[in-house]
Amino acid sequence: MVKEEEDSSNRPDNTAFTQQRLPAWQPILSAGIVIPGFVLIGLAFIGIGVGLFLTSRDIQVLEMDYTGADGSSPCSVCYNLADKNCVCTMSFSIDSLIKGPVFFYYGLTNYFQNQRRYGVSRDDKQLYGDTSNFASPNSECAPYQYISNVPIVPCGSVANSMFNDTFELFKNVNGQSLPVPLDGKGIAWWTDYNVKFQNPNVTPLINAFNGTVRPPFWSKNVYELDTTDASNNGFINQDFLVWMRRAALPDFRKLYRRITDGDYSAGLPAGNYSLKIHYNYPVNGFGGKKKVVFSNVSWMGGKNEFLGIAYLVIGSLCVVMSVVMLIVYAKFKFPEDN
Amino acid sequence: MLRWIRQQLGFDPPHQSDTRTVYVANRFPQHGHYIPQRFADNRIISSKYTVWNFVPKNLFEQFRRIANFYFLIIFLVQLMIDTPTSPVTSGLPLFFVITVTAIKQGYEDWLRHKADNEVNGAPVFVVRSGCLVQTRSKNIRVGDIVRVAKDETFPADLALLSSDRVDGTCHITTASLDGETNLKTHFSVPETSVCQSVSQLEALQAVVECHQPEADLYRFVGRITVTQHGEEIVRPLGPENLLLRGARLKNTKEIFGVAVYTGMESKMALNYKCKSQKRSAVEKSMNTFLLIYLGILLSEAVLSTILKYAWQAEDKWDEPFYNQKTEQEKNSSSILKFISDFLAFLVLYNFIIPISLYVTVEMQKFLGSFFIGWDLDLYHEESDQKAQVNTSDLNEELGQVEYVFTDKTGTLTENEMRFQECSINGVKYREVNGKLVPEGLTEDSPDGSTAHLMGEEVLFLQAVSLCHTVQISYDQADCLVGGDPFSHANGFSSSSMEYYASSPDEKALVEAAKRIGVAFTGRNGETMEIKTFGKCEKYKLLHVLEFDPNRRRMSVILQTPSGGKLLFTKGAESAILPFSSSGEIEKTRLHVDEFALKGMRTLVVACRHFSPEEYIDVDKRLTAARTALQQREERLQEAFSHIERDLQLLGATAVEDKLQDKVQETIEALRLAGIKVWVLTGDKHETAVSVSLSCGHFHRTMNILELLQQRSDNECAEQLRRLARRIKDDHVIQHGLVVDGASLSLALREHEKLFMEVCKNCSAVLCCRMAPLQKAKVVRLLKTSPEKPITLAVGDGANDVGMIQEAHVGIGIMGKEGRQAVRNSDYAIARFKFLAKLLLVHGHFYYIRIATLVQYFFYKNVCFITPQFLYQFFCLFSQQTLYDSVYLTLYNICFTSLPILVYSLFEQLVHPHVLQSKPGLYRDISRNSLLSFRTFLYWTLLGFCHAFVFFFGSYILMGEDTTLMGNGQILRANRQLMFGNWTFGTLVFTVMVVTVTLKLALETHFWTWMNHFVTWGSIAFYFIFSLFYGGIIWPFLHTQDMYFVFVQLLSSGSAWFAIIIMVITCLFPDVVKKVIYRHMLPTSTQKSQSLPAPQTQALSCMESLCCYQHGQSGCSRLAGLLEQMSGRCTASVNNCHASSRNNRSWSDTETFYSNDRSILTLSPIESTHC
Repeated sequence: MVKEEEDSSNRPDNTAFTQQRLPAWQPILSAGIVIPGFVLIGLAFIGIGVGLFLTSRDIQVLEMDYTGADGSSPCSVCYNLADKNCVCTMSFSIDSLIKGPVFFYYGLTNYFQNQRRYGVSRDDKQLYGDTSNFASPNSECAPYQYISNVPIVPCGSVANSMFNDTFELFKNVNGQSLPVPLDGKGIAWWTDYNVKFQNPNVTPLINAFNGTVRPPFWSKNVYELDTTDASNNGFINQDFLVWMRRAALPDFRKLYRRITDGDYSAGLPAGNYSLKIHYNYPVNGFGGKKKVVFSNVSWMGGKNEFLGIAYLVIGSLCVVMSVVMLIVYAKFKFPEDN
Repeated sequence: MLRWIRQQLGFDPPHQSDTRTVYVANRFPQHGHYIPQRFADNRIISSKYTVWNFVPKNLFEQFRRIANFYFLIIFLVQLMIDTPTSPVTSGLPLFFVITVTAIKQGYEDWLRHKADNEVNGAPVFVVRSGCLVQTRSKNIRVGDIVRVAKDETFPADLALLSSDRVDGTCHITTASLDGETNLKTHFSVPETSVCQSVSQLEALQAVVECHQPEADLYRFVGRITVTQHGEEIVRPLGPENLLLRGARLKNTKEIFGVAVYTGMESKMALNYKCKSQKRSAVEKSMNTFLLIYLGILLSEAVLSTILKYAWQAEDKWDEPFYNQKTEQEKNSSSILKFISDFLAFLVLYNFIIPISLYVTVEMQKFLGSFFIGWDLDLYHEESDQKAQVNTSDLNEELGQVEYVFTDKTGTLTENEMRFQECSINGVKYREVNGKLVPEGLTEDSPDGSTAHLMGEEVLFLQAVSLCHTVQISYDQADCLVGGDPFSHANGFSSSSMEYYASSPDEKALVEAAKRIGVAFTGRNGETMEIKTFGKCEKYKLLHVLEFDPNRRRMSVILQTPSGGKLLFTKGAESAILPFSSSGEIEKTRLHVDEFALKGMRTLVVACRHFSPEEYIDVDKRLTAARTALQQREERLQEAFSHIERDLQLLGATAVEDKLQDKVQETIEALRLAGIKVWVLTGDKHETAVSVSLSCGHFHRTMNILELLQQRSDNECAEQLRRLARRIKDDHVIQHGLVVDGASLSLALREHEKLFMEVCKNCSAVLCCRMAPLQKAKVVRLLKTSPEKPITLAVGDGANDVGMIQEAHVGIGIMGKEGRQAVRNSDYAIARFKFLAKLLLVHGHFYYIRIATLVQYFFYKNVCFITPQFLYQFFCLFSQQTLYDSVYLTLYNICFTSLPILVYSLFEQLVHPHVLQSKPGLYRDISRNSLLSFRTFLYWTLLGFCHAFVFFFGSYILMGEDTTLMGNGQILRANRQLMFGNWTFGTLVFTVMVVTVTLKLALETHFWTWMNHFVTWGSIAFYFIFSLFYGGIIWPFLHTQDMYFVFVQLLSSGSAWFAIIIMVITCLFPDVVKKVIYRHMLPTSTQKSQSLPAPQTQALSCMESLCCYQHGQSGCSRLAGLLEQMSGRCTASVNNCHASSRNNRSWSDTETFYSNDRSILTLSPIESTHC
């Protein structure tokens, strides 16, 4: 009797799991299944591709280089930054209405915001409004950590190198230059503005910065970035936020303003415009270019014809391959061969 | 070397001298120059670790693996220099990997400890301070007097002091050491043999001197010095005085012996090679691949460093105004900077070496190996034993076997001989219920049978029961002491009597004769006693004409009770029939052939009556020959052949050496799978050949080549050359080779190449008369031959341990001969037939699982790290990571780990029944084909291609950073935000996780609910985790780079489009490739995938041989397979036969398939088509 019990104890369980008999779906990638799938996917992709492509083509983009590296540009006087507060004006005309909302970007090339040392040279705690880090900034901020032992706020390379050209746009109507209102709100990530960056909880703001010094490159203190609007001043200044989000690649654009207000809510109408540039940012040292871009967007983002083309190409490839597979299938009919 | 280390570690005492002195009962001399010696204790240690050294030793072992060591270095580099990622990113996975491996190895070692403790804790009786003390086996010290009772095994190597017999002898069987089942008599020296009680032993003063431990089982040189009455008596000791650990006491009530070699120094333990770490072929190729990847890594790092400096040569890139250097950076030496840059790149790219590969492989092996133990098909009902996995490191090696070396006795056979039929005087008889039934008679009258036995029949039975060398063991040894052993020899208590014979055939014959009524009851000096139907008869044994392989027969000359002189002879039919002059010679010959065809072992029995004059002549000749000083051998042969002629043929016997169930089918299946089967046995040549024939290893149609009894090098070489020539001349027939141990050692010494050449051209090789170490040598020879085939050794006895350990995979059969083989094996199964499923199904499964696992791991890490490498070209080679550290850390251990693990546990490319019924599928994976360099290249290139698609796809689609970020939130218009570098990286990472997971999904053929769960679960987990990780400001992190990045990414509609298009772009060429290959060049594996899983009929069909042929025929005629499977077995087999005959026009070039031709029933077209 005892022995029998032992018997049953040694016998493996007869379950689907232990016997590797779990119910399983065993798909076979044979032409019969794949061809219809490919045709479907291909057709769908072609459809999406056409849609994306057409949408993208409707987007209007106006791009202007104002670096001034070559003498012909109106800004070439400012190129070497011999003179502080250099101002130059670019005139341009728009042939047809750029449908609104129009976005106004500045762009830089050859600018490596994605360098590692550059990227880590910041203090997120400072920017979060943590005043304890005002006195002793993160050591990663070096060489923009202290100036003769006075801590820099905001410290680090990223903040120090903030883009400081400013632009004013005028529409020339009958010889008069009418300013085009530019909206600088909501150009940064909502979460950056509301959570990740915070001013220290001190009023007035300036008091929080006692015993600190502004980054050496800056001409204004951080609490003076926008003295007109407290909600756009200090660390939560939208231009500052935009700059602090590092670009992934060396050629990039950053949003400067939106043109949405007043007469321009429908877009930029045709006509002559002039762009007044306060040229401060040096790019000649690394051979970079500066530009401004006016563009509108579609439901799928900015101008990007490649996405549509990619869908079209892959979609048609799918269809072509399904034809090829059909031929193969007809020729090598398997597994119904003899 | 090893011994030196062991000595240093204190395992072995240093051996100062060539001999050791053992003081019996540890009574050391009170005076004189006694140097205490340290001997090993009697513990058998197979475990690797102890509680104390586990942590350091295990860590050391683990860091010996190049991958682990490499990650340790990376970790240390990260601690020391400024690197792009924190030490945690590689420290955490490393810690995880090391911990999991340590837990697994610890568990395995714990199992070994348990097994060791069982052996070491076995109770033994030792004489200590004048009385018998029960203690544990491990406590025996050298010099202890140990008592061993009947049927117990010896716990150490003992010098026999005394037994309960007056003459101080005992019988032992060394079956578990060398596989010999006969009884051997061992002796004690007269001075000690009188000490039969504990008190007498207590008074014994003796010293044993012997050489230091050595592995040779048959060598023992020593002497014993007994001090009696102040007088020293010295006696020599030889192997016949030594009782080896592992041998079993038989037929003797109890013995006393003094332990001379204990524990790891016993001959049994020395014969075990130290457990070498076996590495599977997969692991070897894995290491090769790792090295290649290390090369890729280094070249990427070097390239990056050089480019970095090339770039930095221009000042505007080196230090633009926006990215000034610190004082420290400016001042540090350029060489130091160069080195630290190189190391930083190394750290950045280090993930290309898949850290979790080893741990996943180990988990896969460890968890996967449970399936073997769980398999009901590998469970043996009768003995209640399931398959046992001793090491999980070799699972996949089961799918790679090219040579199987099998022991014979107990492995192929049940180790049980049964007398089946005989032919007496031209009439065939069968044994039914202990009665001889003549052929034709179905029902014998119940009691009349004995009366019907006629003179010839009785004479035949008498011959059988007298002409042998069998010994008798009585269960109750005290009967022997009682003086009349024959009192128990009647039919009723016959169970108490056991026959022991070196030849199991003789044993079976004698037993059969006893059942029928002529019982051999004992040998008493010169007389042999039998009981013929209850009547006791005593025969005087005059001469024994011993068996020798040339004559292939043995004879005895007896004096009958009536005084006549009678010769009985027994032997192979070819050795007797030509010398027979009377009797039913032709009929008998027919019968013998008939028996042999049935696979039975046949012997022919004959007799010769001598007239007194004749006998005198015979006696004279024999005595002269035996005492001859010169040419004794020849003269003996001459005398024998003079005597053994004019024989009167009595009949023939047919003994079935009971083969294990389905051995023939299994060997057949292994052959079809392209595996060569070698039988290595300690048995005699004839026995071996006959078993080989009966189990289908040799075929009757085979041309059997012999390399036997070679005495000299030249002779051996000559014979080898002859054989090679014969093979060349005659390549249509298959050849089988028979080698014996002595010739083999000659062949191996000088003519290895030639021998290998011959062996390779033989479809079956049989090595007989092999010593345990020779078996291992043969395995090693094959293993190290230029092709480096994967070998598997299977055996059941301790004599097989050597080869089990030597072979790539060692399989133990849980048989009758103890558990040494099982303990030292990698896998243990109850029966030989299970080997088929173990290899064909489990091996296949494990191999494809692990092969895909390895390749996939490299692929997914190429995908992972190449974008990071490409990114360096766009960030001034500043070592900026593309992905966040958390993603870097978790990619391998969370996001992509489970699907491949589950895949590697459950994947089944082909249904197990199909695998088993079509052994040819095994060839598809042979020679590590799924891990060939080509497939490796395919996966690596695929990884690079995919990585390029991820990176450049994202690069182009992102444009100048703002294009993809559509309208900010999908539904809220009017936003056009920055993408930023982390969003870019996350986009690449997302595409990668999805693609890599779906790529595995494409590879998966067997989707259980678990595969679904982990595949879709992994993707879902990635999304949920990212949302969570990006949704919180983490107080302990000093940068909040990833805050809301993922949400921002997903809130853009075009990002979704981008993800979809990139994933599809990566995967669709793969699908196309698969479909086209499947239809244009389908492998047989793929073909059999489309077969519906065989239903129950197929299962029952499997039970018979015909099914194997089925599977084969199905290979070429897929369409017909289903119908065949579901019935019409016989019809299709016949078809099979026919087709094989018709198509026997194979070309000589396809040597690879030469194996298959050995099988009559196999159609060659199939094998070539498979």
